[in-house]
Amino acid sequence: MRRALPILAVLMVLLAAIAVVNPFFLEPAGFLAFLKRAAPLVILAAGQYFVIVSGEFDLSVGSLVTAEVVIAARLIDGDESATAPVLALLIVVGLLVGLVNGVVTTKLRVPSFIVTLGMLLVLSGAVFLWTGGAPRGALSQGFRMFGRGGLGLLPWSVLILLAVGAVAIWLMRADFGKTLIATGDNVRAAALSGVRVDRAKIFAFMFSGLAAAVAAILLGGFAGVSAQAGQGLEFSAITAVVLGGVVLGGGRGSVLAAMAGAFTLEALFTLLNLYGISGALEFTVQGVIIIAAVAAGAIRLPRKFTPRRGDAHAAS
Amino acid sequence: MPRHKAAVAAVAALVLAGCATDKPAATTHPAAPAASAQGSGTGAQSKFFVQADFDAQLAMRSQTPQGPTDKPWEQVIAPKMVDTAKYKKDGPYHLCFSNAAVNNPWRQVGWKTMRAEAGLHKEIEKFTVLDAEGKDDKQISDIAELQAKDCDALIVSPNTTATLTPAVTAACGKVPVIVFDRGVQTDCPVTFIKPIGGYAFGADAAEFLVEKVPAGGKVLALRILPGVDVLETRWSAAKVVFDRSRLQVVGVEFTDGDAAKTKSIVSDYIQRHGKIDGVWMDSGATAVAAIEAFEDAGVPVPPINGEDQQDFLQKWKDAGLTAVAPTYPTYQWRTPLIAALKILKGEEVPKMWNLPQPEVTSENLSTYLKPNMPPLHYALCGCEDLPGFPEAWGGKKS
Amino acid sequence: MNLLVRGRRPARRGEAHGGLAARLREPTQVVFLALLGLVAVGWALVALDGDQFLTMESVVGIQQRSAALGIVAIGQTLAILAGSLDLSVAYLISLASLVAAEIMAGQDGNVVPAVAAVLAISALVGLVNGLVITGLQVHAFIATLGVSLIIKGIVDHLYDGPAGKVPESFQLLGYSRIGPIPVSAMLWAGVAVVAWFLLSRTRLGYRIYAVGGDEEVARLSGIRTGRVIVIVHVLCSVCAGIAGLLLAGRLGAGAPTVGTDGGYDLESIAAVVLGGTALAGGKGGVAGTVGGVLLLAVLDTIFNQLEINSFGKDVVRGVVIVIAVAVYARRGTRRPA
Repeated sequence: MRRALPILAVLMVLLAAIAVVNPFFLEPAGFLAFLKRAAPLVILAAGQYFVIVSGEFDLSVGSLVTAEVVIAARLIDGDESATAPVLALLIVVGLLVGLVNGVVTTKLRVPSFIVTLGMLLVLSGAVFLWTGGAPRGALSQGFRMFGRGGLGLLPWSVLILLAVGAVAIWLMRADFGKTLIATGDNVRAAALSGVRVDRAKIFAFMFSGLAAAVAAILLGGFAGVSAQAGQGLEFSAITAVVLGGVVLGGGRGSVLAAMAGAFTLEALFTLLNLYGISGALEFTVQGVIIIAAVAAGAIRLPRKFTPRRGDAHAAS
Repeated sequence: MPRHKAAVAAVAALVLAGCATDKPAATTHPAAPAASAQGSGTGAQSKFFVQADFDAQLAMRSQTPQGPTDKPWEQVIAPKMVDTAKYKKDGPYHLCFSNAAVNNPWRQVGWKTMRAEAGLHKEIEKFTVLDAEGKDDKQISDIAELQAKDCDALIVSPNTTATLTPAVTAACGKVPVIVFDRGVQTDCPVTFIKPIGGYAFGADAAEFLVEKVPAGGKVLALRILPGVDVLETRWSAAKVVFDRSRLQVVGVEFTDGDAAKTKSIVSDYIQRHGKIDGVWMDSGATAVAAIEAFEDAGVPVPPINGEDQQDFLQKWKDAGLTAVAPTYPTYQWRTPLIAALKILKGEEVPKMWNLPQPEVTSENLSTYLKPNMPPLHYALCGCEDLPGFPEAWGGKKS
Repeated sequence: MNLLVRGRRPARRGEAHGGLAARLREPTQVVFLALLGLVAVGWALVALDGDQFLTMESVVGIQQRSAALGIVAIGQTLAILAGSLDLSVAYLISLASLVAAEIMAGQDGNVVPAVAAVLAISALVGLVNGLVITGLQVHAFIATLGVSLIIKGIVDHLYDGPAGKVPESFQLLGYSRIGPIPVSAMLWAGVAVVAWFLLSRTRLGYRIYAVGGDEEVARLSGIRTGRVIVIVHVLCSVCAGIAGLLLAGRLGAGAPTVGTDGGYDLESIAAVVLGGTALAGGKGGVAGTVGGVLLLAVLDTIFNQLEINSFGKDVVRGVVIVIAVAVYARRGTRRPA
């Protein structure tokens, strides 16, 4: 929790700034709308956190989200009765992609940057090869419900987000979390002390794949079929995690902070929009803030734990 | 040092082989006149706006096209014919096509239509196609490569206007060139095929809103992204119409063509302004997302325009919307092959092949709505009579 | 870039200061053998399709198509060898093409100032990248991603389409050729030779390998590691600037999307690792990168000739890159440390 404090403070400031311009934000409906919009990115950030804290990268989540939405549309094809089996299939596909990423990374010793870059190309190519270039079919109302509907005032996506967040925090408190952090902190030391590092990393990738599947269900539900549902989400997710103070290279940072980082990013987008900063310059502001945030986080750390060079070297 | 000598000789031979350049001759870039108008929240006029083109396109909307009415892709508005006798040759023909990309549903539908059209003509012996994947640099290389393939005619769908001009100019010297969709800044192609154009599209939609939205109403304009000529013309025409009207444009936003972003933007505007009385869109791909934003907010959907995509047409019918769908018909992908064969047979073709650009209205909606086609299919594909329909376009036989 | 390293690293450390030549040779051979094999396969496939592979035009096309990527990838090689990486090259290329075309404004006399301005701006961007990484201690991935967002914002804000005009004389850079060899390819070769000389014949080159091999050890042995990182980033950005100039010459104008449409950021990294340079740094070289770029270009040409659609292309590319790196990783581990 202590690790998440700085980012939570930043988040509070941003939320307050939004509320000043847009009082509706303080009403339950306004705030829930913000949570609902942030949910997919926060879930992706939680998944990406597992991978990053174990010392790896997952660049494939964006195209996995797109692929899942396109697969869902084609298989459901407007048929309500197909909703449940397709939802189950999407989860399986997400886990499977994570499994492949993890196995190739650990067993074939290919850097995860390359493995997931390759997966990005394969997924985006394969899914459109299968559908002939553009999405076909349609999502059912049952499928759309998760991203669009709600339980009374409470959107389903917020409930799902709460559940995912709780599970992620619980996982990191359990033995798995300790194993994962030890793996990311120093893979050799962890291996020597009996940690099954490969297995930990494979699980981390599978969680990331699972998170992408859930995010795809929410995004597809929210906005419908689109060939670019997941565009750029991999970079947003990694940025969010890093913004939360999680160190690229693994071993440090909390999942709560990573999710708070995603909220902060989303709040930042909302704020820039509200203050009417010209569409394009928004990116410039975003770039400066990301660098500044990470720099601010890095400078407080002792030198030997600098993010650019992490565990294996520092430990030796 | 025999090896060294050999190397020198090799270099010398290379130099003797000629310092060739594949660079085409100079082309002139017409200066875009800067027109600006003080508007009702519409901002400055786009630097892409050309008054003469705007007037011409708006005039073309009411002209009757020549040619068979059941085949709009063979029709032409106000043609100035050019003689093609010098290109006449005997078949069978080898046609080549440099495609900008197949990276969006509009291009996908068009490309499938074109392939099917190619299958119709026995005299097309070979149809070589290179896909530039949206990269200007690759398309320049592709066009150079196609010139070496003994093509009888070259069809180009340029990725961007200005940057492809030199490459197209170079090709003009070697084969008859047919350009469609986006233009190039040279008149060397034998014919340039396009629907009436972006000004007509933008004006159609804006005029509809001016008619349906009460005076003083708040209109939200949604654009995909700035700087794309075919989209800039749509907005600049709408701007002219809105500036003349008594509507208030409360926002002009870029959606990146992303459904989720569109929905979020529209939700924000509904929240901020309480009520939005009309939505103008420069393309229909995210129209359904915009409509859903109103539905989810629990407010009635105001007059809106989309495009001829099935998901929008379906929503229009189901929800009984007040809507209109100007089009940029995908049937224009059939025309280049027809034009190429005409040219190679020495028949005259229009220099500017202006295709009709119908509008989907509530009166003719049912003729364009085809429930068995995929949601992102474009109704004006002109592909219903082609072999392989509807499966090849992702549809189902009913 | 420690996160990209596999567990074997510490065990192989003894080798890091071994013969430079020995380190350069091995994966490079694999790349060029693969390239040869691919050409043969391509030849066979295209012949079966009833066409001719490697005609004059396709040879020129392969070179024209790969020159810009090749130049960027050389710069990327330097960054990666030093254990860093640069995601800002794509937007920098767009910026460079615009700066070049705007300053030239169609006048021959403006070519020299335009080229100087592009090189200066690129060097500045590289300097910022390097200083953010070393001075502010920001991971290269985030630092260069942030800088690329900053450039994107500026470019998108100032330009909404192609702008400027490149004079005829400068367009020759993009189109001229001597026999079958385009000038652009010669420029690429020149950049590659300079980089090769730098890496294999100068102290700086030795230091780049040392810093990439193990920054801590390099530091302890008296190398100013921060300075090396800054220098490789300046060189990498200058390479991107040169690629931007080349593309401006080819397009006849500057274009705000030319860098991102070409996907030069991830594609250049892919080409570098395909060429056998370890993503973790310290191992590899420019020869492999040239091979990697050519491999991608030949693959492209085969797809072009067989008219395979771009989605199939992506699948094959993704698989090829992962398999190649897996093969290098296996070869790396079998040898005793």
